Amino acid sequence: MYHKEKSIQIKSSASALYNNLSVLRIAPRCLTYFTVVHANVVNMVSASWDGLNFSHRQLQSKEGNIAASSSLIMQASWCVLPSRELLVLTSQKGIQMYESDGSIMVYWHALDNPETPTAQAVFARGIAAVRENYICVGISSGSVLVFDIPSKGSNVMLSEVLEEHRDAVTDMASECSGSLEYMADLVTADDSGLLCVWKSGEDFQLLHKIPGFDVSCSSVKLWKGTVAAGYGTGQIRIYEAVTGIVHAEVNAHARWIYSLDIAPFSGLLLSGAEDSLVRVWHLTMNPDANSVEVEHLYSECITDTQICGAKFCDGDGYAFAVTGE
Amino acid sequence: CERSCLPMHFIHIWQMSLFLRLTLESKLNSSFIFFMNDIITTMFNKKFLDELFKPQELYSKKALRTVFDRLAHASIMRLNQASMDKLYDLMTMAFKYQVLLCPRPKDILLVSFNHMDAIRDFVRDTPSILSQVDETYRQLIEMYTPLSGGEFQLIRQTLLIFFQDMHIRVSIFLKDKVQNSNGRFVLPTSGPVPFGTQIPGLIRMFSCSGDEVKRVQFRSAGNYSSALREGSFEMYGERVIKLGTNMYSVSRPVETHMSGASKNSAQHTKVSTAPNPLAKEELNLLARLMGGLEVRKPANPDSRFRVNLFATDEEEEEALISRPDELSYEVINIQATKDQQANAELARIMGEFTEQEEPSASPSSKGDDLLAMMDGLC
Repeated sequence: MYHKEKSIQIKSSASALYNNLSVLRIAPRCLTYFTVVHANVVNMVSASWDGLNFSHRQLQSKEGNIAASSSLIMQASWCVLPSRELLVLTSQKGIQMYESDGSIMVYWHALDNPETPTAQAVFARGIAAVRENYICVGISSGSVLVFDIPSKGSNVMLSEVLEEHRDAVTDMASECSGSLEYMADLVTADDSGLLCVWKSGEDFQLLHKIPGFDVSCSSVKLWKGTVAAGYGTGQIRIYEAVTGIVHAEVNAHARWIYSLDIAPFSGLLLSGAEDSLVRVWHLTMNPDANSVEVEHLYSECITDTQICGAKFCDGDGYAFAVTGE
Repeated sequence: CERSCLPMHFIHIWQMSLFLRLTLESKLNSSFIFFMNDIITTMFNKKFLDELFKPQELYSKKALRTVFDRLAHASIMRLNQASMDKLYDLMTMAFKYQVLLCPRPKDILLVSFNHMDAIRDFVRDTPSILSQVDETYRQLIEMYTPLSGGEFQLIRQTLLIFFQDMHIRVSIFLKDKVQNSNGRFVLPTSGPVPFGTQIPGLIRMFSCSGDEVKRVQFRSAGNYSSALREGSFEMYGERVIKLGTNMYSVSRPVETHMSGASKNSAQHTKVSTAPNPLAKEELNLLARLMGGLEVRKPANPDSRFRVNLFATDEEEEEALISRPDELSYEVINIQATKDQQANAELARIMGEFTEQEEPSASPSSKGDDLLAMMDGLC
């Protein structure tokens, strides 16, 4: 079903972090950007579709909005909004937002780091662009920050802080079907496996809480009102977002799942885990029966590699990219 | 202590443990054993541990190496720089291997307990040191058992990031086929799944009222079996996980174990008594690491004294001549240097050593002891 193409060399190896690959397809320029986090650095490579040209860039984590920092970057992800695309980096110190090519930092948000040591590590993790103008970012305390993004310029404002999670946020995802018919705009996940489903707006509204089972949910996607969640036990669960109904349970991997992705035009689901396997599944919606079918299509073993990032390169799922160490 | 320093705790505990374990398992000579109690006393001393475990938000590889150097010096051994580097690399790769291959992130605590169990076994007849080791157990249990799987994964990720890009080839690992020739560790796609995980292969689909309506098996690729029972996180108990039980047999199962929790550490680290064909190879490796081939440097005789297995050079030569050909071991030279910065305890130990005679003073019996000991390893 898939064949392996020539690997793209990035400047340094991928760090063992959840969802450690972000892909941005720039059709007008026949380019695809890839970003991978390595400790305190983000490696960006822009690859031409003919496979002939590659250009690299590195971004570093910051302390304050100027000084370079050795603090770890937890995640880097492109946020695609109708008006613009921003590259968002989350670290132990704060949140950095760049123009999509990484050339200019548009906004810096510092995390509250108390003077005296606290009981918990502090970091930001979990990034999603929501609807017209929001970018949401999760925090280790469980808070979700909602930023209001102007259509251009750097006048980003913190609009709201959502406090539903008690454990560190792991990942979040916005509805990716492109359709407005679904109520849920955003799903957020945390280390206890709790999933919160939200409707966006001036005030975000909590639609539903899907309880965890004391297992971390490390990666989550939202498509056609359906949540796909990957867990530390290697299981994938498919839920109806607004009700929490379980559509399917898949014993998908033998180790911790690190990355999920959905190709919105085809309903293909991609999963990558520490067990060295990348798997492709197909989700079929049965709206009449209010059920979802899951079918396994393909598996690929990346020998001696614990996968940390797996993403489709296009909306149909014709190609996918994988990172690991 | 701030949680961001927790990964550092693990590194320190493991560094100490691995260092001790390497020394223990090398079984190089009985003189080492003489020092072991003092080493363990120093390492598990509360003040020493407190200083090691001071919260450090940003730690560097350099800082870590400094701690290792201090530990090595605390054991009085003075290895040359190249040997120190090699020993450090070996320890680092062993540590990385154990972190990488832990089935669940929480299992890194079980692996730590495996190391601790071996140390405790060694000091079980010395109550004062035993109580220090037990105190360390208690601290580990108190600090780590409340953490969730996700928090352990964060610790594990931080450790893996710290040791990212280290692909030093270690001959024991290459021989055991746990490491490839490119330095990457072999990740098995078979064996028991981690505790709490199901064997991959099953898809279950439900109706909106919660009834299972369909079950499909998919071909899993990989050859997994059911999870073993969960290891014990208590002071005593069977850890189940084999990682960290024997430094030189990382992939070999331990021959014997006692079922159920038991007061005496159930996880025995001794390999079977059948001759270990790799023991000689391992000893040679460690001898090379320790700079066994180094000729004693004619350094400033005032500032250093030499600790050797034999009382005189003549005796050493005698032993070399009388050793059977098939035992091609190098003599291990341990050079202890009087270090101006050594703490009082260290100086005391060194002072004791220089002033005392070895209990069984007769030269020829020392040589025989050495040969007998080496014979026993084959």
